[in-house]
Amino acid sequence: MFDTSELVINMGPQHPSTHGVLRVVLRLDGEKVVDADVIMGYLHRGIEKLSENRNWTQIILLTDRMDYVAAATSNVGYCETVEKLLQLEVPRRARYVRTILCELQRIASHCLWVGTHAMDIGAMTVFLYAFRERELILDLFEEFCGARLTYNSMRIGGLPLDIPPGWDKKVLEFCKIMDGKVDEYETLLTHNRIWLERTKGIGVISGAEATALGMCGPTLRGSGVARDVRKDEPYAAYDEMEFDVPIGTAGDTYDRYLVRMEEFRQSLRIIRQATEGLPEGPIVGKVPRLIKPAAGETYHAIESPKGELGYFIVSDGKSTNPYRFRVRPPSFCNLQALPRLVRGHLVADVVALIGSIDIVSGEVDR
Amino acid sequence: MADESEKPPTPPAPAAPKPAAPAARPAAPAAAKPAAGGEAHVPKAAAPTGPPDPPPPADAVIPAFITSLQKVVPGTMLSLYLGDWTVIVPASHVVEAALHLRDVPEGAFDYCSDLTATDWPPRPERFDVIYCLYSTRHRHRVRMKVRVAENQPLASVTGVWTAANWLEREVYDMFGVNFTGHPDRRRILMPDDWQGYPQRKDYPLEGPGELLMENPIDWLKLRQARDEADIE
Repeated sequence: MFDTSELVINMGPQHPSTHGVLRVVLRLDGEKVVDADVIMGYLHRGIEKLSENRNWTQIILLTDRMDYVAAATSNVGYCETVEKLLQLEVPRRARYVRTILCELQRIASHCLWVGTHAMDIGAMTVFLYAFRERELILDLFEEFCGARLTYNSMRIGGLPLDIPPGWDKKVLEFCKIMDGKVDEYETLLTHNRIWLERTKGIGVISGAEATALGMCGPTLRGSGVARDVRKDEPYAAYDEMEFDVPIGTAGDTYDRYLVRMEEFRQSLRIIRQATEGLPEGPIVGKVPRLIKPAAGETYHAIESPKGELGYFIVSDGKSTNPYRFRVRPPSFCNLQALPRLVRGHLVADVVALIGSIDIVSGEVDR
Repeated sequence: MADESEKPPTPPAPAAPKPAAPAARPAAPAAAKPAAGGEAHVPKAAAPTGPPDPPPPADAVIPAFITSLQKVVPGTMLSLYLGDWTVIVPASHVVEAALHLRDVPEGAFDYCSDLTATDWPPRPERFDVIYCLYSTRHRHRVRMKVRVAENQPLASVTGVWTAANWLEREVYDMFGVNFTGHPDRRRILMPDDWQGYPQRKDYPLEGPGELLMENPIDWLKLRQARDEADIE
């Protein structure tokens, strides 16, 4: 008698393509995935609980540790939420610099994504190319705030420091370099037969289903839903910027790839507009010396490179720390779609799909 | 002789609570939790009893989906703070309210962007479960809020928004809110055999130790015994 039962295998927690520490239990029928169970929490540090016991300014530092490849966007999201609670006006210059930083961060995060995603699938070269350009962005960040990974680059009400002299010119120079590089990545991948074979028709999900599953960011836009927090609920200086929201049609891995590649170009477009139109003026608003928002609660979302990054913060109006601090992590919500996406595909496609939803375990587990 | 007479008393001290811990564990999720939550928690005098939930000013224009919700679900309360609408619905009508908000054409909240909870221990209905909803068609938001007591069953909204699956698992994991009709109610971030619910306000920041959640006094004794053993 042959044993025809299904085979259960563990992928991870220590697997190079799981982008951190993520464990996926796969139920296989031959080489086809019947079902998948995602097990996480290996990187859980209790950032929400910790934040409820730190004062409002100390939390900025903790937000760095969630999505550590896009720390600046987490900082901006948190600061804007607290500003909303404090009903604080942020100077225009600070909003512009925030926009520049967020978009630089988006490019850096997408560079890391395209590199690792391509490497997971077997295209080694792109990884080296993308990290070369990411390095340029990290240099810009280092000049701005002194750090290269966890920036702590925001303050409630504005910026910690004005941009260094000549920094804006360097940003524009970087844009010029990056323009050609995006085409370079595309030459390597977009029409590559192996790439097409590995990504087209893999993990197809319709727009309605993706919306119901709470997918967000480029992963949702790949399914043809034009949902972008930057356009729908503008924050920072996005209401003054002109940019397009690229959307896919098929909702497969290839379309999600194309959406992100186009986002590179749109981000560069935003950075150019923001840097060239950077207004003069103060960089910090009228922040009270002791930050203690009135009792109340609010939810504020921004578009991080991974998707909708939301903060739900409750202040009790008495203490100097938030009563409740909740992060809506985009990686977590996108990862929820993984079991649905991998069903019926081959084991090798699981790697491609984890790459295509672009997760960071630090943010999934918090 | 002196060594021998000293040694026997020391092992029982740390060992005595240890058998008690595994014995208490199987029964803990069902039986020990309410007792621990009800008795052990002594809130500070100034502990807040709930969010202010300010009602909307008289001249506020109430969106159409809220007025229709008030007809469908009696007892709905409204709140407007910093431009965000919140509807507070009774826990028994949560699925009805969710379905209404999703399906009513002027609402069309097809996207459950966040589902979380807040713990207000002094209040009898200590948890606020908060649903942050968004409509991809009208591009507007609303928050739906439900107040539940500890161990009070709350119907799951996974049938309304698939996204609620993991989010409810997280709320269960972190607060112990009892979701009924959930397809896969397991812990999600904490290990499966974890005791206690870390995001509750009476859960210590430093973590549970081994016994802390079940018997804080034994836990303190154990820690002292360990410290002494370290010194020796």
